[in-house]
Parts: sequence; structure tokens; C-alpha cells
Amino acid sequence: MRKYDVVVIGAGPGGMTAALYAARANLNVAMLDRGIYGGQMNNTDDIENYPGFTTIKGPELGEKMYQGTVKAGVNFVYGDVQNVTVDDQQMKHIQTDSDELVASAVIIATGSNNRKLGVPGEEKFSGKGVSYCAVCDGSFFKGKNVTVVGGGDSAISEGLYLANVTDGVNVIHRRDQLRAQKVLQNRAFDNDKIDFTWNTSVTEILGDENHVTGVKIHNNQVGDDTTLDTDGVFVYVGNFPNSQIFNNLNITDQAGWIITNDQMETTIPGIYAIGDVRQKQLRQITTAVGDGGIAGQNAFEYFEAIKHRQTVKD
Amino acid sequence: MVKNLTDKDFVKETSTGVTLTDFWATWCPPCRMQGPIIEQLDKEIGDKVKITKMDVDANQKTPMTFGIMSIPTLIIKKDGQVVDKLVGLHSKDQLKTVLAQYTN
Repeated sequence: MRKYDVVVIGAGPGGMTAALYAARANLNVAMLDRGIYGGQMNNTDDIENYPGFTTIKGPELGEKMYQGTVKAGVNFVYGDVQNVTVDDQQMKHIQTDSDELVASAVIIATGSNNRKLGVPGEEKFSGKGVSYCAVCDGSFFKGKNVTVVGGGDSAISEGLYLANVTDGVNVIHRRDQLRAQKVLQNRAFDNDKIDFTWNTSVTEILGDENHVTGVKIHNNQVGDDTTLDTDGVFVYVGNFPNSQIFNNLNITDQAGWIITNDQMETTIPGIYAIGDVRQKQLRQITTAVGDGGIAGQNAFEYFEAIKHRQTVKD
Repeated sequence: MVKNLTDKDFVKETSTGVTLTDFWATWCPPCRMQGPIIEQLDKEIGDKVKITKMDVDANQKTPMTFGIMSIPTLIIKKDGQVVDKLVGLHSKDQLKTVLAQYTN
């Protein structure tokens, strides 16, 4: 069992900022992650909307943020969190797969994961042409044609990435316009290698023994069903929160996003939530970083308040 | 340290007992998460399973024979025969559970 003032769960941009602020307030901070620091930034090729950098690679920005936390004295701890409980002294116990950490305050920054399409063939061809990470798997599709499903920022930016490594990209979107930022939209519309199939949903992923050969699609306006040939399907249809491990705390909405006020406080004193896992409108690196600063500072004030209370009691 | 295999020595190195090979690449973020898990697993599991890895950037033949189109992919072999293929990031506990089926 190891004791800290603050434990931050998740080392994405939000978690790293929270840890930085708490450590600079002289607290003893542990930042937990089940893998490498950087969070979803690691899955992003070029980042162009983080102030201070005209363009920066996702993993590189992660590395820079991490260096800042190290310099501030944050302890990076490797571990997969199983659950968090609160004892009658209001101390938080964080159980990982190999250890137990105890802290006065916990900042949840576990982010979100790609949502699946939920259609026949998706599971069967996962790793055989169905992918959720263009940066990881794009190079397996050199000289081939791929399909991107979705119309948000991730779908379009990864579609642009795939257009560089594959022969052609078809973006299938269920609506008649994209949700992605205008600058990405324009770049995609201008790219000769990217085509669009509008008002259309993928209803099945087709293939032979070894890999994907096509998709069955349904046009939502005309109502007809057709088949499109493709070698790969990249799914970007939104995210779901990584909050299942906190179910016992009852701090999420029905969809699993953690509810906080604008001070990042959950309903449990000393437990904060920040970044993508939080119920909010805009999930970006910049907003995660903003959340992190607020939570790091508030964790410090919470810690001071309990210390003061204890001194008065003694 | 988990040994890095190549197209040349893969078959020989995975021909006896239970083996697990992690197919990865430097550019792949979940692979970079899988890496330390594999290292830990190797320390804990001892001689029961031979844990290895292969960089798909430097070696294309072996990944192609297994039809790998997504990384990380983990191939488990028993006495030289492929018995399981796991696609995507897997936790240490998940891997231990799967491997237990082949070691007992």
C-alpha cells in the first residue's frame, strides 16, 4: 500500500495537467496509467488546434507534457485500476491489478474509447480488415481501397491520414453533412483520393475466410440496400466513456459519462473528473487541459482543508 | 527483456512448448501500451510460456503468413502449431487466462 496526497487516474492531457498543478502546489502526486502516457493523443497523427504549435504529432505533444510532469515531481505509476472505494475517514483506496494506493483526493481522467458499429461481421473481421486505429493499421492497406465510417473530427482526420497511405478512401456517413471542423472538411473535399457516400449506414461487413471484401449499406433517404467493395473498414462513430470501474461510486449519467460541476467536483468530496470521461459538450485536448488545471488546483484546496480540519480536531 | 524475433528465426524460436509472440510497430500507440504488459508477463510467467515479439516494420513475411492486418496481434503457438490469435490490446490478466488453457 502506497500513500499519496493525490492520485490521478489516467495520463492523457487532462490527467497530466491535473498532476502538474497538484505537484506544483507541493502535493505528493501519483499519476496512474495502464499503458503509456499521452492518452488519445497517441492515436492522433497531426494536431493543429493546440495553441503554441502550428502542427505537432500527437505522441510528441504527449512526450512534452509528460516531461513537464516529471520536472514538477509527479510519480508515474504503472497499473490497471480495478476500483476506487472511500473509507469512513474519507480516504480513497485505489485498487490496481498489482497494488493498492491510498490518497486524500482522486482525479479521474480515464478518457473514452472508440464505439463499435455493432453490425454483423464487425467482430468476425476485427483484425482482418476492420480497424479502429488508422495510425496503427493504415500501412497494411497500401495499394488498397478502404472505407471510413463516421463524419466527426476523428473520421475525417483519420480519413485524410489514410488517403496518404492507401489508394482511395470512401467516407460513409449517415447524414448529409459532416460534423468535423470546417478546416478538416475542406481538406477532405479537396482531396482527390477521398469520396463520400452520404445519408448511408453500414449494416453489415462482408468478407471471405481471411479478410474484408465489402460492406452492405443502407441509404436512409431512398431506403435501398446495396453492397460496396472495400479492403478495409475504419470505424469512427463516436466514443464511450471509460468509467465502468467507477460504477460503485454512482457518479455517472445513464450513458456512463461522469457528472461534475464547473469545479470538476463529482458528488463525492475529494473525487474529481476531467477530460473526455466527463459529461460535457466539447471533447478536445484544450478542454481536457483546462479541466485538469481546475481539478489540480481544487484537489490542493481540498487537501489543505482536510489538513486544517484535522489540526483543529487534534 | 522479451526477445525480438525476425522472419529468419521465428519458426525455430516458436517450435516447441507454449509460445506467445506480440506483433507490434513503433508507430502504433496500443502496441506501446502492450509492450510493458508483455515484459511484466514474461517476468511473472517464468519458463511456462516463451514470450517473444516481432516488429512488423522490419519483418513482413511472418505477419503476412498469419494474415495480420491490425496490431497489436498476439499469436499463441503450442508445439509449433498456432492455437490462438488475439487482436488488440490485452491486459496481463486476460493473457494469463488465455495462456492457462494451453499450459495446463
